[in-house]
Amino acid sequence: MLPKHIQKNKNNKDKMTKDKSTVWEVFIQSKNGLAHKHFGNVHAEDKEMALQNARDLYTRRNEGSCIWVVKSEHIVSSVPEDETSFFDPSNDKVYRHPTFYKMPEGAKHI
Amino acid sequence: MQDLLKYTLRIADTSLILGQRLSEWCSKGPTLEEDIALSNISLDLFGQANGLLEYASKIDGSRTADDLAFKRNEREFYNLQICEQENGHFGDTMVRQFLCDTYFMLFYQELSKSEDETLAAIANKSIKEVSYHLRHSKNWLIRLGDGTDKSKEKVQKSIENIWKFTGEFFEMDDLDNLMYANKIGVNNIKLKDEWDIIVNQVLLEAKINRPKDSYMMTGSKKGLHTELLGKMLAEMQYLPRAYPDAKW
Repeated sequence: MLPKHIQKNKNNKDKMTKDKSTVWEVFIQSKNGLAHKHFGNVHAEDKEMALQNARDLYTRRNEGSCIWVVKSEHIVSSVPEDETSFFDPSNDKVYRHPTFYKMPEGAKHI
Repeated sequence: MQDLLKYTLRIADTSLILGQRLSEWCSKGPTLEEDIALSNISLDLFGQANGLLEYASKIDGSRTADDLAFKRNEREFYNLQICEQENGHFGDTMVRQFLCDTYFMLFYQELSKSEDETLAAIANKSIKEVSYHLRHSKNWLIRLGDGTDKSKEKVQKSIENIWKFTGEFFEMDDLDNLMYANKIGVNNIKLKDEWDIIVNQVLLEAKINRPKDSYMMTGSKKGLHTELLGKMLAEMQYLPRAYPDAKW
């Protein structure tokens, strides 16, 4: 689930516009080929500043090889109230999990 | 050996003093993000200074790197005078930083070709750091210069105030000439053309007027400084001087 402040954005628009600085979400790829992971957020006035701030805040200890920054307002998030209708129905559908296959002998990490 | 020691100290002191100045921003930055950015740059500069002072200590043979940083007096420091100038407001700091970063970038590019292996290695490592610093300060200068009327007016004034300290970047004295002739040091005069190109281009983009070259400050190569360095050193060196047995 995304951090709470993103979820709040929708209902808290007034507060967001009063705060002049834009919030950007930071995604960092730790190694080539791996997926970018959400690390946190930064304040910045423009794209370049967002990228540099993200670099300064989140990659000081050699955490990454690539950074994405996305304006928080561009992220669409489900809200806690959606949780039951979104996710509960998959609970009782065991056939969606590949648990009915026999494991080949010697296969590991499955 | 005394020549190489002094030459190394000049480079080391320039990084050390600028790093110390920048570190004064720590906890006072305009935003949390920028506070960390400035501290990061300051730490990079301390890292460069540390490498160079360790080397200077080896050449010297009797003083440690800490001795060199904390137990020399004002007149024994050879940093460029621009580095000791006060931070002022954020725009002042960014202008100073941009002018220095551009110089560092070009200086280290040349120093990386030095036949002195240690200096060349330190230069090579520093280029990566400095090119990021330049990107940071350049972007801020453009943002402030091409920003609001007020920010533009402020940085225009910043650059006019500090311009007289840029002449020192390109000075050559006997020691510089000797080091350059021995393929150890850099020909500072040669850096000027490239420096002008970068600075003019960024100032144009930032919509800031380049100040006219008039009187230029000088003296740091002989250990002469503005009155600001003494106060800085008093603070920087206080602890090791008051408690000589203190350990890190």
